[in-house]
Amino acid sequence: MSDSHGAYFIPEPSRWPIVGTLALFLMFVGGGMVLNGYIGNGQYILGLGFLALVYLFYGWFKDVIDESISGKYNEQVDISFRWGMAWFIFSEVMFFAAFFGALFYTRVLAVPWLGGDSVTNIFLWPDFQAVWPLLTTPDMSVTGLESKYMAIKEVIPAWGIPAWNTAILLSSGATVTFAHWALKKGNRSALCWWLAATVLLGFIFVYLQASEYGHAYHELDLTLKSGVYGSTFFMLTGFHGFHVTMGATMLLVILIRSMKGHFSAHNHFAFEAVAWYWHFVDVVWLGLFIFVYWI
Amino acid sequence: MSEAVLHDDHHDHKPTGIGRWLFSTNHKDIGTMYLVFALIMFFVGGAMSMVIRAELFQPGMQYVDPQFYNSMVTVHALVMIFGALMPAGVGLANWMIPMMIGAPDMALPRMNNMSFWILPFAATLLISTFFMQGGAPAGGWTMYPPLILQLGDGLPYLVFAVHFLGVSSIMGAINIIATVFNMRAPGMTFMRLPLFVWTWIITAFLLIASMPVLAGAVTMLLTDKYFGTAFFDAAGGGDPLMFQHIFWFFGHPEVYILVLPAFGVISQIIPTFSRKPLFGYTSMVYATASIAFLSFFVWAHHMFTVGMPLTGELFFMYATMSIAVPTGVKIFNWMATMWKGSMTFETPMLFAIGVLFMFSIGGFSGLMMGITPVDFQYHDTYFIVAHFHYVIVPGIIFGLMGGIYFWLPKWTGNMYDEKLGKLHFWCSTISVNILFFPMHFIGLAGMPRRIPDYNVQFADWNVIISLGGVAFGLSQLILVWVVIKCVRGGEKAGDQVWEGAHGLEWTLPSPPPFHTFTTPPEVTDATAHS
Ligand code: HEM
Ligand SMILES: [Cu+2]
Repeated sequence: MSDSHGAYFIPEPSRWPIVGTLALFLMFVGGGMVLNGYIGNGQYILGLGFLALVYLFYGWFKDVIDESISGKYNEQVDISFRWGMAWFIFSEVMFFAAFFGALFYTRVLAVPWLGGDSVTNIFLWPDFQAVWPLLTTPDMSVTGLESKYMAIKEVIPAWGIPAWNTAILLSSGATVTFAHWALKKGNRSALCWWLAATVLLGFIFVYLQASEYGHAYHELDLTLKSGVYGSTFFMLTGFHGFHVTMGATMLLVILIRSMKGHFSAHNHFAFEAVAWYWHFVDVVWLGLFIFVYWI
Repeated sequence: MSEAVLHDDHHDHKPTGIGRWLFSTNHKDIGTMYLVFALIMFFVGGAMSMVIRAELFQPGMQYVDPQFYNSMVTVHALVMIFGALMPAGVGLANWMIPMMIGAPDMALPRMNNMSFWILPFAATLLISTFFMQGGAPAGGWTMYPPLILQLGDGLPYLVFAVHFLGVSSIMGAINIIATVFNMRAPGMTFMRLPLFVWTWIITAFLLIASMPVLAGAVTMLLTDKYFGTAFFDAAGGGDPLMFQHIFWFFGHPEVYILVLPAFGVISQIIPTFSRKPLFGYTSMVYATASIAFLSFFVWAHHMFTVGMPLTGELFFMYATMSIAVPTGVKIFNWMATMWKGSMTFETPMLFAIGVLFMFSIGGFSGLMMGITPVDFQYHDTYFIVAHFHYVIVPGIIFGLMGGIYFWLPKWTGNMYDEKLGKLHFWCSTISVNILFFPMHFIGLAGMPRRIPDYNVQFADWNVIISLGGVAFGLSQLILVWVVIKCVRGGEKAGDQVWEGAHGLEWTLPSPPPFHTFTTPPEVTDATAHS
């Protein structure tokens, strides 16, 4: 690593970080207002923050891309970006770990404790049955339809759309790898086609996931409000779906940049970063498929 | 290779005006902003603690209503932890790590700027809750449901403030990792890194692994309150205790996030003023790493009284005890460093020795509480308050302040006023013990924490504690005075500043130019730190 040390790159003062901070701040302020019922003004502030955020991403990345294309970056900057992206993804892994932890805790400890011969069961909810998937909540076992939690008619089986979605995401992992191979060979048209296929698969996944949500809400009574099964289900799949959307959007940007010829066989970290991210989203899905849908 | 010193065109012309700070990509300026912000928050949080101590000065209700009292307790802790301690540690890291490893700046300078500027905005979100319907969070800094969910309009802002601070910490941590792994000067091998750098890498890993978990936990609070989820509601099949598990999975590593940088600082100070290399450098590195690793397996020692299965109680008891081993290694290494050294007692050294004594007091009470059956008596009493204030105030804060005195001459080019520094140390040390030591007694006698009133049997000690608190608060004004005085002038400091100081940062002029090490220095065993 020491051979790249002669030439350091230190960026000039930049206004993007403070723009980013303000954008997030506005979104938090607006989001909080919406949640508290001040929807009128809240939604505008939230929207403004969101626009500022989009502007930020556009502007900041444009600066970085310009610097990269004009050859200001050296090997060392590239490695810094790699460390940055890798540990960013690790932090995302830990974010999902919190929700997986919640899922495991609920399934292995909390729900069985509520059933069985626990004190809560004896004194509060004697009719509660601890089963997973949890279709009726303890509260419902006493208050029935009055309960603030809705009974679930049925949960989504693993071997329907979720299995298809698994196949889709796994193949998108393959197509993005083919795109990378094409890039390393300098074959731009193959790169673009494989990337386009990846983006397409990504958005098909999102579409199927969304239609599955519609089905869950309208036909199965499986909602965020149907007790801890619905909570863990939507929190995990929801954050995952959000990440897929982000990843697919980033892939789209990479596709556009590939078409413009921004990447060379040796210099294409942006591509790799997004590919890493895509694989991460993929792996999280496998965890979801196994622990949320399947077993 | 050296002809390629690329961006030297703007070498050492500083940007001017407000833009210098708002748009900064300079690790020294950003470090300064972090430190100033931390100092301000230290006084904001300190003011809240004065309200607490005023209310507790006498039994009975005096000045504030219980709800506001609990807000004070809650926000005091949040402001101190997230606003004062963590930013102060990052500020020191920003200033020192690039200079210590021979790098021109942090690896990702723009992200560095954002990590800082998030802080004042996040603090604004948090503080703004005081003016909202339902007031500021009052359920304790640990934010346990269902209590915290009774908060009014402030809840989303509490949650978002935590998210925002998490973003800042994670970006800061990523930056430190990228810097240390990728920007070291030739010859600066890992085992030549100054220990401050080591403690910060390990802290950075702790941050990246634990802050996202906290973000997840508070997100679930938000959805439980606003979107009808049932994570923490037993009636819906969830479990309020689950929050405590997730929170403390973050919370215990967090205490090491706070303390490790302070350990790093005193590992620089003690060898300098003992005029001896650090004893057992390698074992220090491994001990620090083991502490960090173990810190992920002890979280439920905060939950001994909630009714865990016996195996859980036992596991977390033994795991907690085991942390004492690497911690002991560190304490003994510092003592061995001083052994037969030709020691002098300038202010930084006084603070470092203060840490040794008083952090250990907190460590021992930690061990006491780590014994499950014994903790049944201590839990939620003032004994806990005594414990964590000992580790935090004369442990962490003294360590960080020692660092400020140690490096202030390097940053400003002027020596601080040694007489005032010593005065600050002694006033702080005496008052901090008057403030926190009696809490052990009233805690053992059963005074509960987080309650604005108490049995008259505790009245005498509470008077003494409150007086100690005021004295400690006033003593900190000396620090402000010393810093201002030093920034404005004073005896000129040499490059090396301290006779026993070794390492790259001491080869630079004091104050160092705006950009340092634009060409990398060559590091050998002779120029390395230890
Ligand atoms: C590294 C420095 C340390 C810091 C900053 C620290 C901080 C804290 C804090 C803030 C709490 C109270 C949390 C709350 O309930 O609000 C606490 C409790 C506790 N600490 Fe520490 N601590 C440190 C070291 C230790 C050590 C070395 C041990 C044991 C070997 C320990 C054992 C405990 C235990 C068992 C409790 C829970 C007591 C209870 O709530 O009943 N701590 N600590
Ligand atoms: Cu702990």
